[in-house]
Amino acid sequence: MNDKVLVQVRDLKKYYKNGEIKALDGVSIDIHQGEVLVIIGPSGSGKSTLLRSLNLLEFPTSGSIDVDGVDITNPKININKHRQKMGMVFQHFNLFPNMTILENMTLAPMKLLHKSKEEAEKQARELLKRVNLEDRADSYPRQLSGGQQQRIAIVRALCMDPEILLFDEPTSALDPEMVGEVLDVMKELARGGMTMAVVTHEMGFAREVADHVVFMADGKIVEEGSPDQIFDHPESERLKSFLAKII
Amino acid sequence: MSLKDQFIQAFVENGRYKLLLSGFGATLLITLFSAVIGVILGFVCGMIRATYDKNKEALKRRGGFSYYLLAVLNFIAKIYITVIRGTPTVIQLMISYFLIFAMAQNGVPIAIFAFGLNSGAYVSEIIRGGVMSIDEGQFEAGRSLGFSYVQTLRYVIIPQVTKSVFPALMNEFITLFKETSISGYVGIRDLTKGGDIIRSTTYQPFMPLFLIAGIYLVSVLLLEYVGGKLERRMRRDER
Repeated sequence: MNDKVLVQVRDLKKYYKNGEIKALDGVSIDIHQGEVLVIIGPSGSGKSTLLRSLNLLEFPTSGSIDVDGVDITNPKININKHRQKMGMVFQHFNLFPNMTILENMTLAPMKLLHKSKEEAEKQARELLKRVNLEDRADSYPRQLSGGQQQRIAIVRALCMDPEILLFDEPTSALDPEMVGEVLDVMKELARGGMTMAVVTHEMGFAREVADHVVFMADGKIVEEGSPDQIFDHPESERLKSFLAKII
Repeated sequence: MSLKDQFIQAFVENGRYKLLLSGFGATLLITLFSAVIGVILGFVCGMIRATYDKNKEALKRRGGFSYYLLAVLNFIAKIYITVIRGTPTVIQLMISYFLIFAMAQNGVPIAIFAFGLNSGAYVSEIIRGGVMSIDEGQFEAGRSLGFSYVQTLRYVIIPQVTKSVFPALMNEFITLFKETSISGYVGIRDLTKGGDIIRSTTYQPFMPLFLIAGIYLVSVLLLEYVGGKLERRMRRDER
């Protein structure tokens, strides 16, 4: 982790139904390069909305999101270019079911980065080796377990050489015995210096890997700090009761 | 009269089988070309409708020309589909023949126009339904990799839609093929009209009607066989 701020969110608001529902109610946050940011909170707290705003899958009602110094909420910028640098991993994997694993991984590099097939496949196979799935290159997603699919989803995002990876509850749809293999890949990425923003209910992961933990409730950041501060010395009642319920 | 004699009277005498042959040719010609028009028109309209439904909020927010263009196109497509689906095909055919192309001599191109326009409305709804049925996560996965909406459609969504709408599309082609049998209403000598001419000149309804029914049936079976093969080939990734 260094001092360079990669993503700077300022006073982000997301209202539905003319402000009746405030999914995000003035959130500001900095994500430093190489940092692992973990966002926790009860369901409906706005943590997924915040994460999905970072690559504009949700478009905020107001506020700014600077990535590499460019406000991506400006309608004039090309959001597609920015998304290439911001990989995303979803709760339900969202692999393309009609393509093999290799095709899933090489599609975007070939079409968007104009890599040759050989080049894209070489990179994909190297990444597959890193997650111990090199023998599944020609399988289709439905032939893989949930944990394997999620590992593929992670390396598919990595094929675009992103500057930051966004994880939206990456282990929530998995059978318990498969959570570990996905978290292990994420830990390895974190050790390798990847900038990550993770929405998760895995408090063990947050405690072990996070550099910065944000606790959200009702669309606001209630408390933030190091894992030690958040988990061992919580200050707000809201966080204390949340932790009491889940740990 | 024995069946054999009936058969000879209906098809061999005076070379009457030629009526069926040329009629079948006209039926195939109309079906084939109107199917092509229907698929192209239906694809364009279906994509406009699905794109509008999926993106109207994002487009509205950005405003500008693209939003209004899409809103207008969507409106036109909606009216087109409503009118076509809400009126009988035979009346659409007659309007084309007696009003829109009243000066034309040859009915076949007019029938192709009318059936193509008709089929396009149904194909459009099949394709729209196909796109809307794809999980939102597929769109999000495509967009999050950096693909534009159109690229996501092209590389991610359409290959999946093609597979899922194929059975409905085959069904539409079969319906279209049989529906061309109303071409006789505007004086086209298609397969049905050919059989009907034989019926009225021989005063024997049994042979010509059952034979043309048999020809339609065998053709549909053939279409289903080819369709089934194609479908199995498309479903390779599900094994």
